[in-house]
Amino acid sequence: MNPFTYARAEQAEDALKLAEAQGARFLGGGTNLVDLMRETIERPQSLVDVTGLSAAIEETSAGGLRIGAAARNSAVAEHRLVRTLYPVLSRALLAGASGQIRNMATLGGNIMQRTRCAYFYDDDGSRCNKRTPGQGCDAAEGFNRYHAILGASPSCVATHASDMCVALAVLDAVIHLRSPRGERTVPFVDFHRLPGETPQVETVLEPGELILTVELPANPIAKRSTYRKVRDRSSYAFALVSVAAALELDGGKVKDVRLALGGVAHKPWRALRAEEALRGREATPENFRAAAGAELIDAKPLRYNAFKIELAARTITAVLQELAEEAQ
Amino acid sequence: MSLKSAAMKLMQKAIEHAPDSMMPGGKPDPLITRKHGIVGAPVTRIDGPLKVKGAAPFAAEFEAEGLLYTAVAFSTIAKGRITSLDTSAAEKAPGVRLVMTHKNAPKLKPTPMFNTQPKAAGPSDLPIMQDDSIHWNGEPIAVVLADTQEQADYAKSLISATYKEEPAVIDFDAAMKNAHEPKTILGEPPTINEGDAEAALSAAPNLVDKTYTTPRHNHNPIELHGVTLFWEDGELYVHDSSQTVAQSAWTLAEVFGLDEKKVHIWSPYVGGGFGSKTLWQHHVLAAAASKMADRPVRLVLSREGVYRTVGGRTTTQQRVAIGADADGRFQSLIHTGVAAMTEHNDCPEQFTFPARHLYATKSFLIGQKVADMDMLANTFMRAPGESIGTFALESAIDELAEQIGIDPIELRARNEPESDPTTGKQFSSRNLIKAYRDGAERFGWNSRSAKPAARRDGEWLVGMGCATGTYPYYRMPGGKARLTVSKDGFVTAEFAAHEMGMGTATTQTQVVAERMGVAQQCVQINYGSSDLAGVFLAGGSSQSASIGASIHAAHTALVEQLIKLAGSKSPLHGLDADDVESRDGGLHTKKDPSHGESYAAILRRAGKDELSVEESAPPPMELQHWSMHSFSAIFAEVGVNTITCETRVRRLLGSFDCGRILNPKTATSQFRGGMIMGIGLALMEETIWDSRKGRIMNPSLAEYHVPVHMDVPEIDVMWTDIPDPHTPLGARGIGEIGITGVGAAIANAIYNACGKRIRELPITLDKLM
Ligand SMILES: Cc1cc2nc3c(=O)[nH]c(=O)nc-3n(C[C@H](O)[C@H](O)[C@H](O)COP(=O)(O)OP(=O)(O)OC[C@H]3O[C@@H](n4cnc5c(N)ncnc54)[C@H](O)[C@@H]3O)c2cc1C
Repeated sequence: MNPFTYARAEQAEDALKLAEAQGARFLGGGTNLVDLMRETIERPQSLVDVTGLSAAIEETSAGGLRIGAAARNSAVAEHRLVRTLYPVLSRALLAGASGQIRNMATLGGNIMQRTRCAYFYDDDGSRCNKRTPGQGCDAAEGFNRYHAILGASPSCVATHASDMCVALAVLDAVIHLRSPRGERTVPFVDFHRLPGETPQVETVLEPGELILTVELPANPIAKRSTYRKVRDRSSYAFALVSVAAALELDGGKVKDVRLALGGVAHKPWRALRAEEALRGREATPENFRAAAGAELIDAKPLRYNAFKIELAARTITAVLQELAEEAQ
Repeated sequence: MSLKSAAMKLMQKAIEHAPDSMMPGGKPDPLITRKHGIVGAPVTRIDGPLKVKGAAPFAAEFEAEGLLYTAVAFSTIAKGRITSLDTSAAEKAPGVRLVMTHKNAPKLKPTPMFNTQPKAAGPSDLPIMQDDSIHWNGEPIAVVLADTQEQADYAKSLISATYKEEPAVIDFDAAMKNAHEPKTILGEPPTINEGDAEAALSAAPNLVDKTYTTPRHNHNPIELHGVTLFWEDGELYVHDSSQTVAQSAWTLAEVFGLDEKKVHIWSPYVGGGFGSKTLWQHHVLAAAASKMADRPVRLVLSREGVYRTVGGRTTTQQRVAIGADADGRFQSLIHTGVAAMTEHNDCPEQFTFPARHLYATKSFLIGQKVADMDMLANTFMRAPGESIGTFALESAIDELAEQIGIDPIELRARNEPESDPTTGKQFSSRNLIKAYRDGAERFGWNSRSAKPAARRDGEWLVGMGCATGTYPYYRMPGGKARLTVSKDGFVTAEFAAHEMGMGTATTQTQVVAERMGVAQQCVQINYGSSDLAGVFLAGGSSQSASIGASIHAAHTALVEQLIKLAGSKSPLHGLDADDVESRDGGLHTKKDPSHGESYAAILRRAGKDELSVEESAPPPMELQHWSMHSFSAIFAEVGVNTITCETRVRRLLGSFDCGRILNPKTATSQFRGGMIMGIGLALMEETIWDSRKGRIMNPSLAEYHVPVHMDVPEIDVMWTDIPDPHTPLGARGIGEIGITGVGAAIANAIYNACGKRIRELPITLDKLM
């Protein structure tokens, strides 16, 4: 670990001021950043602890929910309104990491967590464009069972590892950001980027810009939503494939649907094509499967992850079927 | 054949044909028949409270004046030379006291390699930081000593190295092309055969012939490998986490050119070993650096450091072929294959051992080779060989049973041998079929449908499978114990053995109490130090037997001396050790239990505070005389998800035949722990090996999957408790057998659940899709 200074901010203004220092980084629960600092993959010169900023979970005037970036993952997961209005979010959170990590991890940190690609972590032994731009990618031809099937580029095939973010993608969440230049909002689905030629730029967050809150709009469809994570052991493993979905039926037909995938791309993958293919259609397993196919048509397998395409299709179908059965 | 090996062969034959009575264990241990004693009681771990309170100090917790902390830098290529090693920034970093590399390291002899000499514990015979050559990806290239751990870690990150790479053998498939037979497999011939097994196979009306592969596994004891050590007056003192204290002391003495008495290894508490807490480079590096810096040193490997420098279970490819007649009787049994190894170690992963002793067969061909690779020396890991060997063999048995159309337990019963199928020796004790029958009944085996995919529970297909587990009985040479009895009736037993959490301290307290005929509260045992008597290996499931035999020998010697000491005024006068037994705090004649005298009385009359003897156990000749093995029948019920192909174990039962169980409580933990490791072996454990670089890519417990609580169902264990008449106390070791058979039982259950045979471990969901 490199030497660094530490300061704790109580207000967003303080945080932004402190973050103007050379090489400053915000610190949430530290469950990701501190690990990466230990591996010297991240080398901040100063840390600005933002766990003292808003951790509130409150209803908005529009009937939605606003969650402070410092809210702990476990606090969000167990919140009554989250569980009743946005069950997919609670379930996604509980599917992630372990109880101890969720008690530390924050909403902001979870959104900003970095990939678990083994080559990214292996800073002295492997090449990684994300870690050292231009160096090359050892994952593309290497051990890539966990890697992307959608939206990858020759420079990076890593996935975004968060479960929570897959739920946020499905909930049409909006992120509130603040920088010395002012505040702005970004739709959650536009927050993370695909790797392209610059896999080191993972989000649209500017240097020194702070995540303040995440807002979940009121949406009745979210009440019938769920999350399913497929993994190599029962708990404490990253998703091979995960599916977040919400469904509303009208008779036997799909009135509205939201679908997002985890474990398949450099960002939480909102499955707009599949949604499009389903609206107005009969809610049948065949149609669900066909919609999954429409989403995965561009999927490109790597050497060890071809199974993810079929796995994603099956899981999407099963999750939608489960929601449809609940609705009927 | 050389004269020496001819003489050895002759000797071996003599032992095989000698009368039973001449063997150690030829006369059953009298304690076997003693009922209702403390041996066999479910005594709670005596070190438990200390550990729960955090009051048991582990190796990395000892303080020392002026202690320096260590960080180790590792190579990132598999083979070649270091062309530059820049340590200048590290040397200037705050708190740094020393950066040791091949340029300034003291001259060190290589570690004598395990198995080459009685006390050798070297993981390999490679030089340690003596020149610029690199032998595996992850080899230590620099050691930083600093005032704090953080300073050492930071300074290490400033070290940069460049290399000239040389062609390396790092792909197992490529290495297998040059596979060769090692001289021996742990002393056994690499290949044995009888009849023409290939011809018998092709002629058999029923046959299976399959290839199985198993991956590398890494050791992950919760306590990281570490030492706190210092030099004083030319002697080396090491707080270690060790399962080989005496061997490590001797080996370190060789490396530093010292008398072995000048190296002291202390290791009373060990946070898990499983075969990995032996001697590795970090011991030598820490001792060398401490010598150079003239300061005490603590070196704790990081978790990544353990993956890079402490070997694990090697990868194998195995062929199992069985030909059977119409009734299922084996005409041919073939188990062959290759394990990856290095040119610098001798750990061939004895996966063909189970096939050598499990089944009667008309002909057999059993043999294994090694493929040399440029990698970290692999090592022992809980049931090396038997764990993955039973996966292949017992999967094949299941396939054959299905083909013939008989129950797999019945198939095993039909091929149960009268005597050892490959050596012809008598079994010392073998009750495998009873273990099967008992286990089957408790598990509800008869509710299993022989047809796969017949049982559904919602999204899940549910199936049952079973498999045989087995592990040899070992007792190691070199066992010795000191027994001391004091005039207040207290007994102290001392031996250089190990407590790694298995319960050794507790069970051996029971054993000493029973042997001496005193209450458990009157017994103190001292262990975990190379300064104590004997050479023990907490490995090969041998330690209980080795200690048991040593205490037995010391007890006999002590009784003889006590009788002598008792003198003519004693009721014991003129008696032989054989005529008396230890009971009720003293010696009593076997004929008339009321006739005797307490230890305290004997010592007081003789005016002595205590009497102490040290005695060696007889050499373990019984191993050559009988075929001595433990057995188990493992039953598994699994669910395979029809959508995602995730497999979850629903129930697991182990029915064990391991001789007499000394302490059902600690034994249950050993069995369960082994079986949990078996779940990992079956479903998830795998070291990710990048064969382009020979580099381990998941050196972390986040990415290297072992079972979490939710992966582990209720595990039922039971045992025959039939004493082995030829072992101390009738017990056989139980540390390793738990993992054996589990892989195949789960694989067979998966087949029964969903109709898919997976012959490649671990059975992850992608293989089932
Ligand atoms: C062993 C292990 C297993 C895990 N398994 C899972 C899993 O299965 N599923 C899953 O989803 N996750 C998993 N995680 C990841 C875990 O969810 C993240 O580590 C956690 O959410 C990060 O939150 P944090 O508050 O600790 O972030 P930190 O580590 O503190 O920070 C992470 C990043 O967020 C930035 N940041 C923090 N707050 C803000 C803010 N307000 N504004 C802008 N930037 C900010 C930091 O600068 C840093 O770059 C696992 C982690 C570990 C260690």
